[in-house]
Amino acid sequence: MLLVFCYVCVVVFVAAVLCRAVKIARLPIHLRWELYPVAHEKGRASYGGSYLEESDWWTKPRESSWVGELRVMIPEIILLAGVWEHNRNHWFRSFPFHFGLYVLAGLFGLLLVGGIAAAAGMDVSTGGGLAGAILYHLTYLMGYVGLGLGLVGTLALLGRRIFEADYREYAKKADYLNLIFFAVTFVVALAAHATVDRDFAGLRAFFERLVTFEFSSAVALPWLTGLEIVLASVLLAYIPMTHMSHFFTKWFMYHDIRWSDEPNLVGGKIERQVAAAFEYPLSWSAPHIRGDGKKNWGDVATSGVEEENGEK
Amino acid sequence: MKKRIGIEDISKPSPTLSELHQEDFKPLPPPFDRPESTPDFAPLSEKARENYEASLDDTIAVSIPKPKNKQEEDELVAKFLSGLQKLFTEENNWTFLQPLLLSMDHCATCHTCSDACHIYEASGRNPIYRPAYRSEVFRRLYKKFVKSKGGGLLQAWRDGEIELNWTTVARLAELAYRCNLCRRCAQTCPIGVDNGLIAREIRKLFSQEMGITAKELHETGSVLQLKVGSSTGMNKAVVKDNMEFIDEDVSEMTGMTIETPWDKAGADVLLIHNAGEIMAWPMNPGAFAVIFESAGLSWTMSSEIAGYDSINYGVWYDDVQLARVAIKHAEAAKKLGVKKIVLGECGHAHKALTVIADRVLTGDLNVPRESCMVTLEDLIFSGRIKVDPERNDFPVTLHDPCNLVRLMGVVEPQRRILRHIAPKFREMEPHGVHNYCCGGGSGFAIMSGHNFNDWRHQIGGRKKLEQILNAFKDELDPSIKKFVCTPCSNCKGQLRDLIAYYDLWEKHSIMYDGLVELIVNCMTDVKPGFIEWEMH
Repeated sequence: MLLVFCYVCVVVFVAAVLCRAVKIARLPIHLRWELYPVAHEKGRASYGGSYLEESDWWTKPRESSWVGELRVMIPEIILLAGVWEHNRNHWFRSFPFHFGLYVLAGLFGLLLVGGIAAAAGMDVSTGGGLAGAILYHLTYLMGYVGLGLGLVGTLALLGRRIFEADYREYAKKADYLNLIFFAVTFVVALAAHATVDRDFAGLRAFFERLVTFEFSSAVALPWLTGLEIVLASVLLAYIPMTHMSHFFTKWFMYHDIRWSDEPNLVGGKIERQVAAAFEYPLSWSAPHIRGDGKKNWGDVATSGVEEENGEK
Repeated sequence: MKKRIGIEDISKPSPTLSELHQEDFKPLPPPFDRPESTPDFAPLSEKARENYEASLDDTIAVSIPKPKNKQEEDELVAKFLSGLQKLFTEENNWTFLQPLLLSMDHCATCHTCSDACHIYEASGRNPIYRPAYRSEVFRRLYKKFVKSKGGGLLQAWRDGEIELNWTTVARLAELAYRCNLCRRCAQTCPIGVDNGLIAREIRKLFSQEMGITAKELHETGSVLQLKVGSSTGMNKAVVKDNMEFIDEDVSEMTGMTIETPWDKAGADVLLIHNAGEIMAWPMNPGAFAVIFESAGLSWTMSSEIAGYDSINYGVWYDDVQLARVAIKHAEAAKKLGVKKIVLGECGHAHKALTVIADRVLTGDLNVPRESCMVTLEDLIFSGRIKVDPERNDFPVTLHDPCNLVRLMGVVEPQRRILRHIAPKFREMEPHGVHNYCCGGGSGFAIMSGHNFNDWRHQIGGRKKLEQILNAFKDELDPSIKKFVCTPCSNCKGQLRDLIAYYDLWEKHSIMYDGLVELIVNCMTDVKPGFIEWEMH
């Protein structure tokens, strides 16, 4: 039963992420709205320059650097470099929370690997050879570090929302629920590992059943471990349905907007997309537009205001 | 203790949501550090309060006439709601739907954006000027009326409470005009949420659905431009006449014979100025003519509708007007068969035509566009213009127009020129893509109704004033003439007014002007003394 519940939650997570990502990616092309520095501008990103600093830029090859993007994105994602730079006070709360989650994502990976390894007959323990021992030690280390950091960060963020008026005034009830949900999950998990599953072997055994689809063996889990699994699974399924989906939508924010400086070249893909967008009928009803749902953007953009007003 | 203002307070009728008190504003550096050293913030007149919606703060930017009765209020609210729905459809808002949706759905309210905003900081951290305040109001309306079709208990619990009434709508319209759209806040958002974009989308909703916008941007702005050719009201004959006078004046000043070419088919370059330069700062287009003629450039100006006025106020409030004006600019270039359009010293015109309209202009309307900063750099460093930097032997600092720098990435060309021609050049702090707006951005420089002038100088331009004073802090003595290089017409309008408002020229000899004036001032084949060291 618990196995099925976990599968469902993972499927919900993947489906929700895919669904949102596809929905965002399929939105029509928008007008250019980049914001500098643009990280892939080769040789110019350090000061925020663009290829538009070149005379006759359209006659020259554009030099784009994905290494430049990585140089910005890696510290941004892993260390929350932007928050460190612009909101230091918040960083001390936000970083442990986020880094804790990254570590827990790593734990998830280790448990998967551990589960597969165990299913393949490897002994994941101190006496299980070098690989088995590394996997064993790394798992509980990451587990405790991730859960600890996550809890500290969650409580710090929750405290800020409760005790600081600037944050309280903007907080929705759901924001408190989200943080409490995280806190309860971390506390339950820590309690489970402090009492009944100190070396995470119980959790790894569960993951072994997960990866082998082992429904038949009815291994009794301690109730705290069961609760840990239920809470973590629900949390996983819930995250992409909230504003916390920024963990993947940030990619669109940066690549489709902030760094989207691809010029529209005659005969190119962007030109075709723009031409298609100009076919959209519009229904804005201000006097200078008088959209009737039939006229399209092309009609309106190439007509004068006085014609729209019927004053010609 | 300052009054706390929550999100839901925007819907609660009261004479004023937030009162402005000068003593709350951020202190300025010397010599403006004493309260009596800055002008008073004029109160809004009783007549203005009676006739227009003025319940947001103690000023008015949009001048929305007060509805006569409840029925009118309800009609306006219904119209707002209809615009709100349209803003989130592909058909009506393909132009910005993706950025808008992403900004609507992902704010973590971490308030990182707050400290980046010069308006919030200058006002003494007035809660309604926090970049996230208007966004959060709008986000709650969107979630209640677009995403959830009217809301409900669960929706309010999840997304926060908000009431939609005329008070909310009227205040939101004004609040959209308390942001310079400089997008400095967006630069700092760890997620990528763009509060500047949200402010512009709110303006757009009001303009495109309700016909509500600042008169200076629409009626006497883009509408006039599309009708007669320029928001200045100059038609083809007048602009040519004015340029002829400018040519004469400049010829006399420089000792060169300058004649601006008009409608020269097949020229390499179509130069489009912000026509405000021709009216208010004639030496700027004059200096361009001197430089281009001296360099032997094949160039022309166009007398087609909008072909001689690069402004595109649609950038600040309306996508339809933005597209119409951009197309007119491109048509003028296409008709002349030029190789490229070079944009004169106007930041928003740069961004509008080069960047934003890049996804408006297709086929043969997609005429290449280039910043004049780049063209000028090329002319100077290729040796086609000879300069003697010693002629610019006075302190110079550079104001970075947001549209040109943060929003377009043209950062270094103007700096390389200044380092070359101005030996006493120093940067403001911060500068480049991290600069502060002059306070005139998003159209404010041309908006001075009621007491809005006080607002844009005491709050909007406060941070820029602080930066200028700091850049010249050791040379504030009026015997030393100082120059704020301002390569943008809109910023120049704001700096002109800011300098006059705080009497910076009389008291401290701080003057402003464009980059081309500085270049011509040091050209060796021009008579010395091109810069006008008098208030203009």
